[in-house]
Amino acid sequence: MGDVPSIGSPVRRKEDMRFLTGQGTYTDDINRPGQLYAYVLRSPHAHAAIGSIDSAAAKAAPGVTAVFTGHDMVADGVGGLPCGWQIHSKDGSPMVEPPHMPLVTDTVRHVGDPVAVIIADTREQAEDAAELIEIDYRVLPAVVATTDALTSGKPKVWDTGNLCYDWEIGDRAAVDAAFAKAAHVTKLDLVNNRLVANPMEPRAAIGDYDRGTGDYTLYTTSQNPHVIRLLMGAYVLHLPEHKLRVVAPDVGGGFGSKIYHYAEEAIVTWASAKVKRPVKWTADRSEAFLSDAQGRDHVSHAELALDADGKFLALRVETTANLGAYLSTFAPAIPTILYATLLAGTYTTPAIHCAVKAVFTHTIPVDAYRGAGRPEATYLLERIVDMAAAETGIDPGELRRRNFIPRDAYPYQTPVALNYDSGDYFATLSMAQEAADYAGFPARQAAARAKGKLRGIGMATYIEACGIAPSAVAGALGARAGLYETAEVRVHPTGSVTVFTGTHSHGQGHETTFAQVVADGLGIPIEQIEVVHGDTDKIPFGMGTYGSRSLAVGGSAVVKAIDKVVAKGRKIAAHLLEAAEADIEFRDGKFQVAGTDRSKSFAEIALAAYVPHNYPIETLEPGLDETAFYDPKNFTYPSGCHIAEVEIDPDTGVTKIVKFTAADDFGRIINPMIVEGQVHGGVAQGIGQALMESCVYDPVSGQLLTGSYMDYCMPRADDLPSFDVATNTTLCTHNPLGVKGCGEAGAIGAPPAVMNAVINALKPYGITHIDMPATPQKLWRLIADHTPFPVAAE
Amino acid sequence: MATPVSMKVNGKTTSASVEPRTLLVQYLREHLGLTGTHIGCDTSQCGACVVHVDGVSVKSCTMLAVQAEGATITTIEGLANDETLHPMQAAFREHHGLQCGFCTPGMVMSAVDLVRHNPKPSDPEIREWLEGNICRCTGYHNIVKAVKAGAEAMGGSASHG
Amino acid sequence: MYEFSYQAPTSLAAANAAIAAAEDGKLMAGGMTLIPTLKQRLARPSDVIDLSKITELKSIRREGNTLVIGAMTPHAMVADSSVVKEAIPALAALAGNIGDPAVRNRGTIGGSICNNDPAADYPSALVALGATVKTDRRSLSAEEFFTGMFETALELDEIVTSVSFPIPEKAAYAKFPNPASRYAVVGVFVAKTGGAAKVAVTGAGASVFRAIEMETALAKSFSATALDGIKTPEDGLNSDIHASAAYRAHLITVMAKRAVAACG
Repeated sequence: MGDVPSIGSPVRRKEDMRFLTGQGTYTDDINRPGQLYAYVLRSPHAHAAIGSIDSAAAKAAPGVTAVFTGHDMVADGVGGLPCGWQIHSKDGSPMVEPPHMPLVTDTVRHVGDPVAVIIADTREQAEDAAELIEIDYRVLPAVVATTDALTSGKPKVWDTGNLCYDWEIGDRAAVDAAFAKAAHVTKLDLVNNRLVANPMEPRAAIGDYDRGTGDYTLYTTSQNPHVIRLLMGAYVLHLPEHKLRVVAPDVGGGFGSKIYHYAEEAIVTWASAKVKRPVKWTADRSEAFLSDAQGRDHVSHAELALDADGKFLALRVETTANLGAYLSTFAPAIPTILYATLLAGTYTTPAIHCAVKAVFTHTIPVDAYRGAGRPEATYLLERIVDMAAAETGIDPGELRRRNFIPRDAYPYQTPVALNYDSGDYFATLSMAQEAADYAGFPARQAAARAKGKLRGIGMATYIEACGIAPSAVAGALGARAGLYETAEVRVHPTGSVTVFTGTHSHGQGHETTFAQVVADGLGIPIEQIEVVHGDTDKIPFGMGTYGSRSLAVGGSAVVKAIDKVVAKGRKIAAHLLEAAEADIEFRDGKFQVAGTDRSKSFAEIALAAYVPHNYPIETLEPGLDETAFYDPKNFTYPSGCHIAEVEIDPDTGVTKIVKFTAADDFGRIINPMIVEGQVHGGVAQGIGQALMESCVYDPVSGQLLTGSYMDYCMPRADDLPSFDVATNTTLCTHNPLGVKGCGEAGAIGAPPAVMNAVINALKPYGITHIDMPATPQKLWRLIADHTPFPVAAE
Repeated sequence: MATPVSMKVNGKTTSASVEPRTLLVQYLREHLGLTGTHIGCDTSQCGACVVHVDGVSVKSCTMLAVQAEGATITTIEGLANDETLHPMQAAFREHHGLQCGFCTPGMVMSAVDLVRHNPKPSDPEIREWLEGNICRCTGYHNIVKAVKAGAEAMGGSASHG
Repeated sequence: MYEFSYQAPTSLAAANAAIAAAEDGKLMAGGMTLIPTLKQRLARPSDVIDLSKITELKSIRREGNTLVIGAMTPHAMVADSSVVKEAIPALAALAGNIGDPAVRNRGTIGGSICNNDPAADYPSALVALGATVKTDRRSLSAEEFFTGMFETALELDEIVTSVSFPIPEKAAYAKFPNPASRYAVVGVFVAKTGGAAKVAVTGAGASVFRAIEMETALAKSFSATALDGIKTPEDGLNSDIHASAAYRAHLITVMAKRAVAACG
C-alpha cells in the first residue's frame, strides 16, 4: 500500500484544518434567513407553584414576535420529554416516571426550570421583554440534598414522593453468608460529588420550519441526532421522520451532557412553525449551568469482606442516587445498569450485592457524564480496596494482585451480570508501577518531608463496560431501544469513498479514525475518504456517540459495510478478469486472480460498478454502496491502572499532582495519538472531580451556588501536570476490530487514584477517608484538626 | 441608539452601525460573519473569544464593539494567509492540541501573544499564560506541547499575526 | 445588557462634563468588571463614559522617590514596565498576576481601585505602600480612599487620575487565589520602609485592611518567624463555599509570612 496509512498510525487529524482556521461550523455559527431569537425564561425558585403568568407587556415590547408558555404547548398537543430507559424496583413495580413538559405549566421544580419562551428580532430584545413577564410564584419548600430526599417530613418533588425506584442486583444471601465467615470487614461511607460536564460549547438549537414543504429542520448541539429525531418526533411534537431533519454539525464537546433530548430543542422546533420563521436559541454559560443535565451525585455505604489472606469474599453496597427533579433521557440506567454491574471491577469477588435507591430532589436533572456510573463504581471499589489494604497492612498493589481475575479465566462471568471477554490486569498494574517508579516513592516522600510537604502515592485499577450496547442485553436491562450502529460505505465511480456513520464526533476525531479503518480495509489513501456524520437526512440511522461506543460499535458497522463492498467488488472483478469468484483475492487495494498477475484496481472496479458497459448486469446490480448494521454480542471491557503522586502543602491544604501515570488496555488501537488525547482529557476531568469540581446547591433554598466559572472550579492549564500514558493490548474477542474504547478511562481511573494518593499523604494524621473534592480548605481543616504521628513511627 | 463603528479586521476596513451594548465578539460573529471566535462563558474566564486588538490578546466578550473604534483586530481567520497555517496553528495540528476545536481559536490567539511576549516559554510559563483559556477536552498536555513547538517554529519572530 | 448611551471623551474636562450631565452615568476604565456586570444585567446605567481615549491618564513615571502610575494604565503595562520593576518589583509582580494575560491587557489600576472589589489585588499594595490617590480635584491617602466593600471615598462624578507610590526598601505580595475564579481569597502585601513595616490584607475582609499586630512584630524583627503565632480574629472576615472565615484568618498569617520571606 506504500503511503496508505494503516491502523495503528498516529495519523494527523482530517478535521483540524477547519477548527484551526476558524472555519468550523458549530450550531451557533449557523444563521438561517429571517431567523428570530428565543430567550427561555427560567424559574428563579427551586420549588414554587405558578399562580398566573402575565405576558401582555412582553408581547408588546419592541421587536417581540411571540411569547409562549407551557399552556400554549399543551393546547397544541405537545407531549413530554420521554425517558429512554425503564428500571423496575426490586418488588417488580416500574420506576416512577413523572411528566416532563418542555415548558412547565403549574409548578417549577428546580432553579432554571423553563417557564416561558420569548421570541424576538434580537436576543437582547427577547431578554429585555422577558423582564416584563409577570409570574405569580408561590414559593414552596424544597428538598435538595440526596440524603434528605427520603427523610420523612421533607418536601415532595412529586405527589408520589421522592423515590423513583428501589432496585437491587446480586445475591444478598450469598453476601451475608460470606460476611459471616470473614476474617476482616472494611466499611466505608462515601459521596460521589455532583459535577457539571461543561463542554466548552454551550448548547444551542435552531428550529427551521419550511412553510412551503411542511418540513422541519432542527440544528442542535447533540451527540446523537437520530435519537433526538426519534424522541422529539415521535413523543414530543408528533412529527413523522420524513418531515423532520435533525442536524448536529460541529459540536464543541459533550462528555455526555449533549446525549439527551432537551426542552429547548422541542421549543425552537415547535415555535418555528408557530411564528413561521427560523428560531435560534443559544445558552450562555450561566444558562448551561441551570439547564444541562449534571452528573454523578451518589451517597453510598460499602462493606468489603476479606479472608485471612486478603482475598475478597463479598462486597455489599447501598447507594442513594440523586436524579434531580425530572428523569433525563438515560438517567435511570446510570446508577443501576452502568454502575452496580461494574462493582466486581478487576477482582474475583464471588458475591456482590448492591441496592440502589434513586431519588428526586428539587435540583437540575442528573444523567450520564463521562464514564456514567462506571466512575462511581470504580471510585467506591478502589477506595474500599485501598482502605482494606491500609487496615490489613497489605501493600495496595499486592492486595489487588491477590484478587485480580487470573489471565486464563476469560471469558469471566462476574456475580453482577457482566461477562468479561479479555484483559490482563497484572500487566497494566506492573506497567503503571514501573512507569511511576513506585519502588522509588519512599525516597521521594522523605525528600518532600524535608521540605515540609506531605507526599502520597495512590493507585486505582478499573474496568469499564463500553461499546454500548448489545441490544438484547440492553433491552433485558430496561432500554426502550436497541443500541446497534449503522454505517454506509459509498464508493464513488472513480474510487473515492464517503462513509456515513450513525455515531457522532464532537472532539473524538472520527473523521480520521474511521477513515483509517476504511483506508486499511479498502487499500486506498486516507485523502480519498470522507466521513460524514450528524445529519439524519444523510445517514440511514444511528444511535450516536457515548459510552466509548463509537469505534467498537460504529467502527464495526463500517467494517461490515466494507466487507460487503469487497464481496461485491470480488464478483465484479471475477467478471472482468474472467475468473471464478472464489479465485479473486482482495489485497492492497487490488482484486487479483490468485496465483496470477492479473488484477483490477479498486478504482477500476468502482468505475465498472457505476459505468457498466462490461458488467454482469443480469446477475448483479450496478453500483457500489453498502449499508451495514452492527449489533455487538457483548460489551467491551477496557481496563487499566492509574497511579497518582501528590504533594500537599500543610500550610494551605493545596494539593499538587506531581506525577500521573496511566497504563490502559483499550484493545487494538487505531490511532495512538487520538487515544492518548482521550486519556489526557479524561484524566484531567478525573483530577477535576477529585480535587476541584463540585456542583453545590444551597441546601435550603436550592439555589445553585456554583453557577458560573467564578465558583465552579474548572481545571486550568496550571492546575495540571503532564501525564505519562502507556497501553497494553489484549484484544476484544467479539468485534471485528478487536477494539474496546478509550473515551472514559481517564475519568474513571483518575478520581480514586488521586484520592488514594491524597489519603496516603495524610496517613501520618490518621485520616482514612476524605470525600471529593479534596479542596484546599477541606484538607487544611482536616490537617488542622488532627495531630500527626511522629514521622519515625510511620 | 445605534452608533457607527469602524475598525480594521484581518486587514480589511469594516464598519457598521451597532447598539453600544454590542460586544466586540458579537460584532465579529454577527456583523462580519467571522464565527471562528467563540463564546464559551459569560464571566470573562474561558478565553474562547480571545482576539488580538492592536496587537495584544483581548477577550472580545469583555469589550464593547464601540470601544474598538479605529482599532486593528486580528481573529483566528486572519492569523494566516490563504492555504498556509500559521506556525502555531500547524503546531496544534502536529501535536494534537485540539479535540472538539471550540476553545482552539482563543487558545491559538493567546499562544501567539505569549510567544510575542516570551519567545522561548517553558512548560510552566505556558501553563501560567494559558490560565485564561479553558479547554475541557485535552487536559492541556498536548496544548503545552503544541505551544512549545509553535514557539520554536515561530523562531521568536514577532511578525506573525 | 440593558441599553445605554456610550461616550468616549478625549479629555478629563469632557469626561467630567459627561458624567455630570448623565442621568445615571457610569465611568468605565478597562471594563473588566463593568462589562461582565452589565452582561448579567446587574447594573443599568443610562450612560457609559469610556475613559480609555484620555491618553494623559495612561503613564508610568518615577518622580524622585515616588512611582506615579496613571489611572488608565493597564496591568500588563505595569507588569512589564522596567521603571516599575526597578522601583517596586513587588508591584510589577502583583500586576502581572491579576486575572489572566488578556484581562491584564485591558484592566487598569484606576478601574481596579475605584471598583474596590474585596478580592482585588491592588488595594493591598496601595495601603501597604502608603500610596496617594490623585483625582481630578484632590489627593487622598489609600486608607482614606478605600471605605468599604465596593465603596470608595470618591464622589459620584470624581475621576481618579493617578496613584503615587512611595518607593519602599523592600516589598512583596503573596496571594492565595480562589481555585475557581482566581481572585484573591487572601492577598497580603508587605512593605518595609526604614524601621517600619506595613501589612495590608485583601480578599479576607469587606475591604482591604492593615494587620497592625503583624506590623508591630515586623517593626521589631523583619522576619517571617516574627509572625509566628499571630492570629487574625475571624470576626468580620468573608466566608464563602471556597473559604470560611477561619480558613481566611489562617491564610492571612501564611501569606504574610510568605510575603515577608519573599522580601528577602
